[in-house]
Amino acid sequence: MAIDLLQFLLYAAALVALAWPLGGYMARVFQGERTLLTPVLAPLERGIYALAGRCATQDQHWTRYALSALAFNLAGWLFLYAILRLQHLLPWNPQGLAPMSPDLAFNTAVSFVTNTNWQAYGGETALSYFSQMVGLTTQNFVSAATGMAVAVAVIRGFAARSAKTIGNFWVDMTRSVLYVLLPLSIICALVLIWQGVPQTLGAYVPATTLEGAQQLIARGPAASQIAIKQLGTNGGGFFNVNSSHPLENPTVLSNLLQVVYILLIPVAFCFLFGRMMKDRRQGVAIFAAMGLLFAVGLAVVYGSEIHGNALYDTLPVDQAAGNLEGKETRFGTGLSALWAEATTAASNGSVNSMHDSYTPLAGLALLLNMQVGEVVFGGVGAGFYGMLLFVVLTVFLAGLMVGRTPEYLGKKIEAREVKLAVLAFLSMPVGILVFGALAAVVPSALAAVQDPGPHGLSEILYAYSSATGNNGSAFAGYGAGLPFHTTLQGIAMLLGRYAFIVPMLAIAGALAAKTPAPASAGTFPTHGPLFVVLLIIVVLILGGLTFFPALALGPIAEQVAMLAGQTF
Amino acid sequence: MLSQLRPAIALLAIMSLLTGLAYPLATTGIGQALFPRQAEASLITRDGTVVGSAFVGQAFTRPEYFHGRPSAVDYNAASSGGTNLAPTSRELIDTVGERARQIAAETGAGRVPVDLVTSSGSGLDPHISPESAYLQIRRVAEARGLPAAELRQMVDAQTDMPLFGIFGAPAVNVLKLNLALDERAPVKAGITGSMHGANAER
Repeated sequence: MAIDLLQFLLYAAALVALAWPLGGYMARVFQGERTLLTPVLAPLERGIYALAGRCATQDQHWTRYALSALAFNLAGWLFLYAILRLQHLLPWNPQGLAPMSPDLAFNTAVSFVTNTNWQAYGGETALSYFSQMVGLTTQNFVSAATGMAVAVAVIRGFAARSAKTIGNFWVDMTRSVLYVLLPLSIICALVLIWQGVPQTLGAYVPATTLEGAQQLIARGPAASQIAIKQLGTNGGGFFNVNSSHPLENPTVLSNLLQVVYILLIPVAFCFLFGRMMKDRRQGVAIFAAMGLLFAVGLAVVYGSEIHGNALYDTLPVDQAAGNLEGKETRFGTGLSALWAEATTAASNGSVNSMHDSYTPLAGLALLLNMQVGEVVFGGVGAGFYGMLLFVVLTVFLAGLMVGRTPEYLGKKIEAREVKLAVLAFLSMPVGILVFGALAAVVPSALAAVQDPGPHGLSEILYAYSSATGNNGSAFAGYGAGLPFHTTLQGIAMLLGRYAFIVPMLAIAGALAAKTPAPASAGTFPTHGPLFVVLLIIVVLILGGLTFFPALALGPIAEQVAMLAGQTF
Repeated sequence: MLSQLRPAIALLAIMSLLTGLAYPLATTGIGQALFPRQAEASLITRDGTVVGSAFVGQAFTRPEYFHGRPSAVDYNAASSGGTNLAPTSRELIDTVGERARQIAAETGAGRVPVDLVTSSGSGLDPHISPESAYLQIRRVAEARGLPAAELRQMVDAQTDMPLFGIFGAPAVNVLKLNLALDERAPVKAGITGSMHGANAER
C-alpha cells in the first residue's frame, strides 16, 4: 500500500519534471521561435509547404482554420477507409488477412481519424502490417497533430488583441508532427524495442511449447505504433489486448515509459498555455484543477481495486494483491490502477488491464473521467481546449453570482461565447445518453451486452462514453463489433470530435477579435485557489450530474449488489 | 472547402510517407541493428526449435512443470484476450471458487494467491507471483525428484523484483523457470499426468 503510494508520487514527479520543459519547448515551436531542432527541421518544413502549394503563407480566420482541419480529416478518413477495405491487395500482409467489412472499416477509420482509436477488431487477427503502419500509424500522428493545432489556435484566440486570425492550421499541424511527435516517438520506440517490443516485418512464428503444443506467436512492427499511440493519446493497440499484451508492454520499465507518455503532452499543454498567455500562474491554476481531479480519481480506482472483489471473501483466496482478474502479474494492482486512471483521464484509451473486470466503484471513476468530457488532462490538445470550455462556463457562472460581466484573461465572455460553449458541451450527453439509450432498447443492439444485471448497463454506458469522449478504451466484453454499434459509435465519435472542435474554434475567433481590458479591482482572479475550486465544481456538476441517474443504475447498483453478496 | 483540398491531399500524402512509412521502417532498421533479438519477439530456441517467446506465457498442465495463470484464450498467442467478466458475474465467482478449492485441496494451502485463480487480461501473462510458485514446489519436487530447497532457489533466481525496489510487483517467469528445470533435471518422456495436480487449472 505504502509502496504503491510511493509509485504514484514518483510518477507524478517525473511527469511534471518532463512536461514543464516540454511545454516551454512547444510554446516556442508554435510561436515560430528558434529551438534546438530548428536547424535540422526548418528546411524539411519549408520543403513540405512548397510541395503542398503555399498553404502556409498566411494566418487564417477561424472559419478557414476549421475548414482546413475538416478537409484534412476528411481526406484522411477516405484514405484510411480505402486501405482497410483493400488490405488483401496491398503489400506486407504475411498472414493473408482479409479486407475489413464496410461497417467495421467505417468505424475503424472514424475511430483513428478522430483520435479515439476505439478498436472493434483484434489487431493481430484483422490488420495487415501495411494497414497498421501506413493506415493507422499515420492517423495516430496526424489526428494527434490536429488536436494540438486546434488547441494552439484556441489559446491564440485568448491571447490575441483585436485580431482577425488565429494562426494557420497547416503550419500548426505540420509543426506538431515534425517538432514534437516524431522526435519523441523515435526515442520511445527504440526504448520499447530494447525492452522487448517487436519491430519486424517477419510473419508470425510457430513455436512448439515445452509440453509439445503448438503456439503461433503474433508479432510485427509494433514498437513504432505503440510509441505514437501513447504520445498522441491515441491508444489503439497493435495487439487485441493492447498494452496488457506481453509483447506490447513487456516490462515494468516499458510500462512506466508508456504511462508517462500518455499524459506527457496533455500536461505540457497547461504549461504551454501559461507561457503563451505570458502569465504562468494561469497555466498552473488549470494544471492544479486537473491534477486534483486526477488524484481523487486515482484514489478511488486504486482504493477499490486493492480492496479486491468482495465476492471472493467466502472463497479460499488470498486477495492481498487486490483484484487481479484481467490484470498482469508484473504490474500488480498499483500500476494497473495508475494506467486505468491515466488512460481514461487522458482520452488515450490504451489499457494494461481489462476495465470490464474492475470493481464497480473503480469502473465508475473511469466512466466519470470520460463523461466529464475528457478534461482531466484529456487528449493531446483536445483535453486542454475542453477544459477551456469549462473555464468559459465557470467565469460565466461566477459572473452571474456577483452580477458582473464575466471575463477571462481580460477578454469579456459574452452571450455568443457562452452559447457556443453550451453547444459544444451538449455533444457529450447526446452521444452518451441518447445513443446509449438507443443501444439499450433496440433488441438487436442489446445482444452486445455480455454481463447480465447492472453491469450490462455499465458496459453500454462505457462504450458510448468512450466513443463520444474519443477515448477508445472499452469494457471489452461488450460485443461492439455488431453493425448497429460500429455505425452508431462511429457517429458518436464524429459528434464528440467535430461538434466540439468547430464551436471551440468559433469561440477562439470571437475572442481573438476582442481587445483585452486591463485588470481592475473588480476582476475575478483566475489563478488562485478559489478559481481552481470553482472550476472543479463546475466540471463535476455539469459533467457528473448529467450522468448521475444512469450511473446510479449501472456501477452504483452493482457496487451495492456486490457488497450484499449478490451475483448475476 | 475546395480550396483546402489541395493542401489536405498533399499534406496527407507527405505525412503518410513520413510517419506511415519512413518512421516505422527507419525504426525497424535501427531496432533490428541495435536489438536484433528483441525486435524479432525475443524468441527462445532449444535444440534448433523455437519453443516460445521469453515474454509470452504458455500452457503448462503437467505435474513436473510450474503452472501459469488461467488463460481466457488458452494461451493462444495469435489471439490475445481476457475473460472480461464482471466482478459480480456468477460465472466468474463460480470458476474462481472451483479453482481455489481444488488448488487448496491439492496443496494444503489455506488460501490460494489470487493471481493463480484469476485470468490475466492478455491471456498470455508469462508470470505468476512468487507465492504461487512456492505453492507448487512440492508437486514439482516429487515429479522431478529434486529437493524442495533447490527448487526454491531456482524460483527465486527467476523472480523479477520490482524496478528500483519500488515499481511493479515481484513476478516469476514461468517459461524461463521451466526451461531451467528441464536443463537441471530432464524428465523422461512418458511420465505425464500421473501425479496429482495435473490439469489443476482451467
